Formats: sequence, C-alpha cells, structure tokens
Amino acid sequence: MEKNISRRRFLKNSAATSVSLIIGLNSKGILATNKTNTVINPFVRMDQEGFVTVIAKHFENGQGISTGLATLLAEEMDADWEKVKVEFAPANAEQYKHTFWGYQATGNSESIANSFMQYRAAGAMAKDLMIRAASKKWGVKTDEIDVQNGIMRVGTKKGSFGEFVTDAVNLTPSKNPKLKTPDQFKLIGNQDLSRKDNEAKTDGSAIYGMDVKVPGMVYASVVRSPRFGGTLKSFDVSKAKRVPGFIEAKVFPDKRGVIVYAKNTWSAFQTKKALLTKWDFSNAESRSTSDMVSDCQKLAENPEFEPRPFKTDDDKQPVKDLNHLEAEFFFPFLAHSPMEPLNCIIEPTKNGVRFYDGCQNPSGVQWASSYILGLQPQQIEVKTIYAGGSFGRRNSPAVKDLYQAEAAIAFALLGKKTPVKLVWDREDDIRGGYYRPMAFHKTKIGLDAKGKILRWDHRIATKSISKGTDFEKFLVHNGVDHFSVEGCVDTLYQLPNMSVGLSDFKSSIPVLWWRGVGHTHTAYAMESLLDMVAQRTGKDPIELRLDLLNSNDLKQQRMAHVLKISRRRSGWKKGNKRGFAAHYSYKTFVAVVADVSATGKQVHIDKLHITVDCGVPVNPDVIRAQMEGGAGYGLGALLRNEITFAKGQVEQSNFDTYLPLRISDMPEIDVEIVMSNETPSGVGEPSVPPTGPAVANAIFAVTGKRILELPMTQSGFQFV
Amino acid sequence: MLFKLKINGNVLDVEAEPQTPLLWVLRDDLDLTGTKFGCGISSCGACTVHLNGTPVRSCSIPIESAIDSEITTIEGIQGKVANAVQQAWREKNVVQCGYCQSGQIMSAVGLLKNNPSPNNQEIDGAMSGNVCRCATYFRIRDAIKLASQKLEA
Ligand code: FES
Ligand code: FES
Repeated sequence: MEKNISRRRFLKNSAATSVSLIIGLNSKGILATNKTNTVINPFVRMDQEGFVTVIAKHFENGQGISTGLATLLAEEMDADWEKVKVEFAPANAEQYKHTFWGYQATGNSESIANSFMQYRAAGAMAKDLMIRAASKKWGVKTDEIDVQNGIMRVGTKKGSFGEFVTDAVNLTPSKNPKLKTPDQFKLIGNQDLSRKDNEAKTDGSAIYGMDVKVPGMVYASVVRSPRFGGTLKSFDVSKAKRVPGFIEAKVFPDKRGVIVYAKNTWSAFQTKKALLTKWDFSNAESRSTSDMVSDCQKLAENPEFEPRPFKTDDDKQPVKDLNHLEAEFFFPFLAHSPMEPLNCIIEPTKNGVRFYDGCQNPSGVQWASSYILGLQPQQIEVKTIYAGGSFGRRNSPAVKDLYQAEAAIAFALLGKKTPVKLVWDREDDIRGGYYRPMAFHKTKIGLDAKGKILRWDHRIATKSISKGTDFEKFLVHNGVDHFSVEGCVDTLYQLPNMSVGLSDFKSSIPVLWWRGVGHTHTAYAMESLLDMVAQRTGKDPIELRLDLLNSNDLKQQRMAHVLKISRRRSGWKKGNKRGFAAHYSYKTFVAVVADVSATGKQVHIDKLHITVDCGVPVNPDVIRAQMEGGAGYGLGALLRNEITFAKGQVEQSNFDTYLPLRISDMPEIDVEIVMSNETPSGVGEPSVPPTGPAVANAIFAVTGKRILELPMTQSGFQFV
Repeated sequence: MLFKLKINGNVLDVEAEPQTPLLWVLRDDLDLTGTKFGCGISSCGACTVHLNGTPVRSCSIPIESAIDSEITTIEGIQGKVANAVQQAWREKNVVQCGYCQSGQIMSAVGLLKNNPSPNNQEIDGAMSGNVCRCATYFRIRDAIKLASQKLEA
C-alpha cells in the first residue's frame, strides 16, 4: 500500500529516527512522483507504470480481505498480480456500501459474498477499457486481443495496461462487461497467491491506529466505573497532576467516566492510575458470577419467549416418560481482546474532522460522531488503516457505543481544536465490557426404545445483544433476539418435536457479538448433545448426524457431503476415540474431527481435521488461514477464558489472568476445502463454533468425562 | 532527563523520565512504531526487541537500564537469519492482523541465532512468550522450520 511503501522509504531515508510520521501527507508525496493516476471506477485506479490499485471497501483485520478483493478485481482484469496494490476506501457509503446492508461496514463474515460480483465487474470494466483503447490504436477488433498478466497481445503487437491508461480515460466504460466463467479463473481458487499485506506486516512498516501520530496530538485514556452501570460521583486530580506529561482531566457528560489527557501514551496510562475517583453504584451490577448463574438457571425454567414452539399434537408422550437424557451447559462472558488494544485518532480538518482508525464501520462512525460534534456525516472523513484484530469488538449494533464515538466526545470536551488519540490499555480491554454474553442452556432429549430421537426440549438464557440497539428492529422478532438462538433454532438437523425457549438475562454488563456470535454457544450445546445421543444409543456420531439430514434439501445435502468428506479425510472409524462436530453458520458448512491425548486430567490437543464448504473458494490459502485461526481463537476461549464477577467487579485484568492461547497449545491442523461452484460464503467465523464441541467430544471419548461447563479448566482439566 | 540510546546502529538522544519503559520511548518519542504495545506486563511479547542480541520485552525495561546496550528493533534487523525469517514468514503467509508479528519475528530471529535447527519443543519454548490473538501459531512453527532450512542450505 502506498502509505506503507512511503513509510518504509521514509524510514530508510532517515538516518536518525527522531521525526514525526504523518500519514496522509506521505501518500500524497508518492502520488505526485511523475505518474498519472487514472481512476477507472470507485474500485480501481491505474497508472502508466502498469500498477493497479484496488480500493478496498472493507477493513483488514487479518481476515485477508485486502487480498480477497484484489483477487476478484485482478481476476477479471487479467492484471499482473505482482503489480496489484491495495488501498482502503474513504468513508463514502454511496460508493462503498456493503451491498447487502446499504451502508459501509464489515462483518457477518460477508465481505467476499457481498463483493464477489461487484469487484469482478469493476475488474471486467477496467479490462474492457484497456482492450478498447488498444483496439483503437492498433486498428484491430477487440476480440482479437489476448490479455494475460496485464499485457495485451495481437499478432506481433504487444502492450501493457500502463501504456493505454491515458487513452482509456477518453472512452465510455461499458455498463455490463462480460464476466469470466469459473473454468477461466486463474487467480480465484489459486493456491499460490501471496497475501498483499505480507511485506508490511513482517518488516514493521504496517501502520495501525496505535502507530499514528499527527502534529499537536494529545493522548487520552478513560477511567471507567469499576462496576458496569456505575456513574461518577467525584474525582480528585491532585495526585494525577504530578504525573509528568499530565494535561487535563474531563468528565463524560453522562458521567460514565473521566477522560485524562496527556503528552504521550505512557503518561496517559500513569495519570489514570493516579486519578482518585468515587462512584455511585446505585444502578450498577453488583452480583457475583455464581449469583448470575443461578439467576440464569431460574430463567431457563420458564422461558419468556418461544423462538421455536413445541407443537403438542406432534407428540403424545411427555418427555419425562421417554428414555431421556438431560444436560445443562454453562458458557461464561468472554472478552475479545484483539491484539491491538482499541484506539483511534481524531483531528480537525478545514471542513470537519478526520479519523485515523482500523475502521470496521465507517458509516457508523460518521453517524455517531456527526451527532456528537454537530456536523453532517459527510464532514467526517475516515482514513482506514490496518486493524490489529477485531473479532467483533471494533463494531457495535449501537453506533453510540462505538469507541470512535468516545473519541469524538474526548475531542469535543477539549474544545474541538486539538487532535486527540484515544487509547485503551489491556486492562481497559479486559475490564471494559462488550463481552460475548454468558449463556445457560437447559436441555432434555427424549428417545424411543431403539434410540431414535422423539423430542428435543432446548431452553436458553442469555443477554440479548440486539435489544436496545439500532439492530433491534431487524433482529428481534416476537421478543426473540436471533443472536441468542441462532445455530439452535434453525439447526439443519431434522429433529422431531424440537422446541426452543428463550429468556433474556438482564444486566448492565454490556455485551456484543464475538467471533461466531450466538453459534459460539449453541453449536457447543447442540453438537455435544448429539454426541451424548450417539453414546447412549451406541450409534456412530457421524452416522447419527447423517441420518438426521435430508438429502432433498440443498443445505442439508451440502452438510452431509462435508460430513462424509471429513470422515474419509480424517480416517474416522466407528468406535475410534476421537471427537466429531459440525456446524452451519454464515452460509458455510464446517466439520471438525479432533484428536486429543490425555494423562488423567492433563490433556493435549493433538490435531484438528477441518473440512469446509464455503462455496467458490476465492483464496484457498486465506480460507485455510481463517479455519486455523478461527479454530485457535475458539480453542483459546474454550480452554481457559472467562470473565467473572465478584460483587459486580470483573476479576480478570490482563493476559496474566485472562490467559490467551499460546503456541504450545496449538494443535496441528489439516484443512480440506470442498470444491464448490456455489456463491462464496463466510470463512472468518464458521470454524469457531464446531471446534469447541469437537474437542469436548474427543475429551469425552478419551477420558469418559463430559464437559458441560466452560472454560474447560473449570471442569477440572489442565491443558499441556 | 536526557538519555543516549544505541538503536539500530545509531546513537539517539531522548528526553524522558528515567522510569519510562523503553517501549514507549521507541514508539512515542522515536517513532519506531514497528515495536507494538499489547499488554504492558511482559505477558504478550508484542513489544519484543533485542538487547545486545537477546529478545527482551521492551514494555518492562525502564529506559535508564537500556542505555549501555545495543538495542535492535524490527526496523533495524538485518543479516542472514533475519532475512531467512522474514522470507519464510512471507512464503508461509503467516500474518493475519499482523499486530503481534514484529514481536514474533524478533523472538524467532533470537531463537535461530542461537539454535539454527530447533525442534518443535524448542520452538514452543522460545516462542511461548509471544501471543497471537489471530492464532497464527501453526504457521509460525512452520515458518521457523522453513527459515531453519534456508539457513542450512
Ligand atoms: S507489551 Fe510487552 S509483553 Fe506485552
Ligand atoms: S497476527 Fe493478529 S495477533 Fe498475531
């Protein structure tokens, strides 16, 4: 990317290093170096040297989308992959909206799906212009021209895209350029494409929000209530004033906390520690985790809502009279803890403000900050840069809860003239809320004498993610937040007489989508239960599932196919001591076979065999990386992570108490991608849900102990 | 206070409080932002730099105790081992968000300098202080092995 190239040069050229880096100006400098940049359409720019710059409307938080969008565009263009660069789009919903949502943001593992046709069409349009320009100059028919790797040829005539850029500007782009058929793909599905962000991310030159410095900028950080829902009573700044670099302390208008301003990041963090605060806890959460669990247990007794009602006439026998099994599952609150603690920069511009941010939701940032600052959304510029992970944390269904909105408040409180960088430390990240909600499942399954499932009673108690947010009207129906029950209420398995009940757990602890959202707990419960049924009835777990899938339904058929491929690829045998689980989420089908070894309660996860059907595999290696990463992310939480409360206060604070997955925990991973011509679907999230239950089922197979309470260390296991 | 630091082969003047962690001097004062902040308590390795060739956590080293050492950051690594590691990282497409990777690479270079052909256990031992929230560990292991092969060749 231009800014990174420029930064690299910048560093190389500066013998000493004590100079400020100013992003934005640098990239302009590069653009000016005697090249003509031609904007073909909002998604691609070309220059005379033949470089093709793809404008990415989605942010890059590691999921590989900058490579993905470049692939789609370069494919149809037949561009030279080595000459393709990527740059992030500015905030401009009209041009860069998510085609399914109508505004500009990234999420729901849908970036490739919603861009698949759009970026290909943009590439095809650019190629068509090149061909027509060449045909005019060479006096040949357009269909005589062959294009490969950015070079056009006819007979002995040969020319690169770069040579025709200026001619192409005078042509009218065609509205419906012809797209390739899948058999013509060279880049889509190519195993050997390298990531576009490889270089900048291995030489220290990739720029994240945390790295941005603009002239005159101050550093801000927030002291928050130690209990969620508390408000500030008073604060004493006298000790904080003695911290070198201290500038100011200001209270949020709604008293949610105090913003401290300082001359650098370290002073801001030190100032926070020195600030004395008193809080009003009258509306704050004051329960401990054990109280919350028993409250959830009670809630699950009598579901408030019926996302999938039980049709009584389907069934003559009540569950208690059947051969039945029962299980209760508990899932803790989880922090996302992206590697880069949250932060962003806001500075005044002539006409409004500019954010520098690893921005997941540019439209949301425009809405929220324009409201706070009394500006029009168009007056808010967003310069998107790399994000050091998100896993859901960088976006919110309520734009007022976006961290960039807090930065706008910090900027406003300081008089709207001084650039502000708002920075979280790791403690803020882990204690700051917006967790994957705690969830409790109470389940009962009735079987007939032969072990056939006759009845499935599933009740969930969890806090709603959507209620009270901008998403409520889309995602809450008849009181049911889809995020609370997804993956259970809409299971692909044909379960006779299944009923799902839901109760909302209420608390001021803020919750948020977390990589895999509702599926992170529903898949664990569903797939553990099926394993329990298989064990009770002596059936093979994969056979049992295949029997519950109807081959007349396309989705169920694709799932069955994935199950069979997984069985073959992993060498699964009936009765082997391994774990199996599968799950459908984000329109993608994933099956996981887990191999673990155990000595007493000491477990090592040896290997995961992951099989995925995500439609047309655009970047196979990125898909593999997402399967590996999703499995690892899920595993980290599964083994050791929980946010717990003691009288309303979070008990964890940093990576010494919220223990991240480490290299020695990481199993071998084999990923098999199912060949498919279906529309591409998600890959960022879908491997998280089935990994947990596959591992749990493997631990059961090896140790005979069923883990119903997470994290697994709470069930007495150690992972070595 | 004024400190003279030897960083990436240059001697640089810095005005800072003696207790300021080296990490923040590198990042906020010297604009060497390739070294990252992840936890501030020696638990994640994002801030790993070399002090006289040995990987250390710069978030937990007060600047006053770094004045006599040769400090190397991701921006300043060079030589056979560093090249092999960076090259292997690219060939294996290790990075995802990338935020931890400067630290990972600094630890890997430190490991391979001492032990050009580490086994799995030695890799895990040397890399266990480096957290990757994107869980790129599987490829990190692979890339270290590839770098080791490159060094042997
Ligand atoms: S920031 Fe130094 S180890 Fe985490
Ligand atoms: S690549 Fe994202 S934390 Fe390691």
